[in-house]
Amino acid sequence: MANWLRISSRTVANHIKKRMNKGFMGGAVHVNQSSGLWWGLNRGGPVSDRNGRHIDPLAWNRATFLCVQRFKSTLAEKQHDSFLSSDSDDDNQSVDFPGGKVSYTSEMSFISESSQTRVPCYRVLDDDGDLISDCDFQQVSKEVAVKMYSNMVTLQIMDNIFYEAQRQGRISFYLTSAGEEAISIASAAALSEQDIILPQYREPGILLWRGFTLQEFADQCFGNKADYGKGRQMPIHYGSKKHNFFTISSPIATQLPQAAGIAYSLKMDNKKACVVSYIGDGGTSEGDFHAGLNFAAVMEAPVIFFCRNNGWAISTNVSEQFRSDGIVVKGRAYGIRSIRVDGNDALAVYSAVSAAREMAINEQRPILIEALTYRVGHHSTSDDSTKYRQLDEIVYWKKARNPVNRFRNWVQSIGWWSEQQETQLRNSVRKQLLEAIQVAEKTEKPPLSELFTDVYDHPPSNLEEQEKHLRETVTRHPKDYPSDISV
Amino acid sequence: MGFRNIIGRRLGLGLVRRRKPFSTATCDGDGNGNAKSINLYSAINQALHIALETDNRAFVFGEDVSFGGVFRCTTGLADRFGKARVFNTPLCEQGIVGFGIGLAAMGNRAIAEIQFADYIYPAFDQIVNEAAKFRYRSGNQFNCGGLTIRAPYGAVGHGGHYHSQSPEAFFCHVPGIKVVIPRSPRQAKGLLLSCIRDPNPVVFFEPKWLYRLAVEEVPEHDYMLPLSEAEVIRQGSDITLVGWGAQLSVMEQACNEAEKDGISCELIDLKTLLPWDKETVEASVRKTGRVLISHEAPVTGGFGAEISASIVERCFLRLEAPVARVCGLDTPFPLVFEPFYMPTKNKILDAIKATVNY
Repeated sequence: MANWLRISSRTVANHIKKRMNKGFMGGAVHVNQSSGLWWGLNRGGPVSDRNGRHIDPLAWNRATFLCVQRFKSTLAEKQHDSFLSSDSDDDNQSVDFPGGKVSYTSEMSFISESSQTRVPCYRVLDDDGDLISDCDFQQVSKEVAVKMYSNMVTLQIMDNIFYEAQRQGRISFYLTSAGEEAISIASAAALSEQDIILPQYREPGILLWRGFTLQEFADQCFGNKADYGKGRQMPIHYGSKKHNFFTISSPIATQLPQAAGIAYSLKMDNKKACVVSYIGDGGTSEGDFHAGLNFAAVMEAPVIFFCRNNGWAISTNVSEQFRSDGIVVKGRAYGIRSIRVDGNDALAVYSAVSAAREMAINEQRPILIEALTYRVGHHSTSDDSTKYRQLDEIVYWKKARNPVNRFRNWVQSIGWWSEQQETQLRNSVRKQLLEAIQVAEKTEKPPLSELFTDVYDHPPSNLEEQEKHLRETVTRHPKDYPSDISV
Repeated sequence: MGFRNIIGRRLGLGLVRRRKPFSTATCDGDGNGNAKSINLYSAINQALHIALETDNRAFVFGEDVSFGGVFRCTTGLADRFGKARVFNTPLCEQGIVGFGIGLAAMGNRAIAEIQFADYIYPAFDQIVNEAAKFRYRSGNQFNCGGLTIRAPYGAVGHGGHYHSQSPEAFFCHVPGIKVVIPRSPRQAKGLLLSCIRDPNPVVFFEPKWLYRLAVEEVPEHDYMLPLSEAEVIRQGSDITLVGWGAQLSVMEQACNEAEKDGISCELIDLKTLLPWDKETVEASVRKTGRVLISHEAPVTGGFGAEISASIVERCFLRLEAPVARVCGLDTPFPLVFEPFYMPTKNKILDAIKATVNY
């Protein structure tokens, strides 16, 4: 960890400012290099609160003075009033309401709809992939870094090849994680295998990290008999119990309140694990976002809500999605600690998720992470995003703000990766993918009986009747039915 | 006196002198050991106590369940099993059901309460798109079979649009869930325990009208009644009547009156609407040749339509008359007009006679 620290921080800052002109979708955001004001890592020593629980000395985050803890008394905690009272003549004037004590004021003022400045975004690598000096981050080992990088490359290539396979008519549908590779890989890397994932649909990188094979991905996309989902859902709706990755469903945000319930179960079992649930910027407009965060906060459930704010919900830009400063500011509305992170900075994502996981588990609370990023690809193979956004915007993000390139620069600069390895990896992955697709394409589909199983634990009589009737129909009209499904 | 009149009119009996025990109570051999005369909400309460007692991974949650619930179904649970297992949730049905799905997906028995069936709709997406498909879409890697959603449904005399609805038909159209409706306290306890322990997500509608009104001998022990088995609660030979929940008592009164006119009615409690027991209904219709279905929910698209279509498919040549449906009107549930809206004993009686004389 040597030479790059010698770059003067002023140079770095200027460099960053220039680069940050383009900001993230939704406007320029100040980059917080050192995470100074905010939750830092490794700050100070352990401190205990009155109840003997470990807390961080940055007590401003203890916006819990009005929070009612479910398992304790419902009376407001008197000690915390001192954090709240202003330095005006209001000190002695406070009033009791069911939610607790509040000081009152005779001056009528509305809380502004927005802060003067947007919430800064935590990053550790600059746009070139150089480590920013004086930054706070969770160091990764060479093994982890190399695995992260390899997985990001694999994900990129997998996306390209499956996308092409759809274009060739070999699979019916696909959606890429282009531009968001750092999010899924780096967040997965910071978690343990026991942490339970409730994805939206743009996070297959997590499965990749956890060991889902290219063949398993291909099998689901082709819906063949090796697909764990038994061919019932569209491509990319992966699910894997052995990888603690709940099956993807198309409805947006439905996983968020479920995440709260799953986390509550972990809490009841005293497991040293958390739930991580993903959502896009668009998904935060759904009612289930509100339901999920509110429940998690009230139930004090160990769940990380990870929002991939990539600027677009199909063709709807974030400026048409909400009027708040992105998603991070919504955490406070639920009493949830939150952070905004550069989603294209693998190290920053890794650090933030690492810290969030610790807090979620040790403090039994939900955490909200907003990762700013950009959706380089179209929404899916059913979309052509040049119809609603400029091509040069897409190209800019693909070339100049590419998370894979950025991370490569870092791993290469510290001697953990080489051009040679790059070439080898890309060739190897490509070859494996093409093989996996060939195998998946040739593998037969699940048998017809799987149409009727798993609706319930046992098929009820109406389904048995329908199956019998259908089989008779298939026998009479075989040409109506695909030949690659055995009857 | 006014209150009794309401009960009387509700049952189509005019003035009522005293409350009779629910006559379709069949306390059969299951009543080994003690049975006490209790009402519906107490029976539900007993089932919940037993559910939590026999499975330490069972949870009860919903709006206001902690103090006992607006209908007292959850009385005593929080005190006995603790706030970690019996707790209030924020006021958010989609959250309640979503949270319940998550809890159930981890192998727990998640018993969620929706305060009134009229408010279940925000949870419709979670029920239809998530709970019902959870096992199927995952290739059986995951399931939320431990989920039971309880909700009071049905007319109550003064409930109007939003405290009287019978939304069962919406849910009967969803493969992957079960829909169960008990007619009495004894049935409710046994059926609810079956629902809770069934490895599929279940929606359990409780006839709120009967929470206090229906009183029956209910065994104190742990017992379960089978799902997807309809019960012939009155034998007859001239016409088959099919119903569920509170409506059965109205139908029974109609059967009693029809008997005075020499019409022998067979009355079937469907109990489980999804998946429903076609065999029992079909066997009865083969005997009688006539069928009448009655429910409070509006007639168009109501579950009676499914029963009618299925019976006609199976028993067309046996039928002596068209399938009759005596149901709620196709209007939102009205307040002052409730007596006009409801499928009353006399409407049913008229339809019995018309069918028999067809």
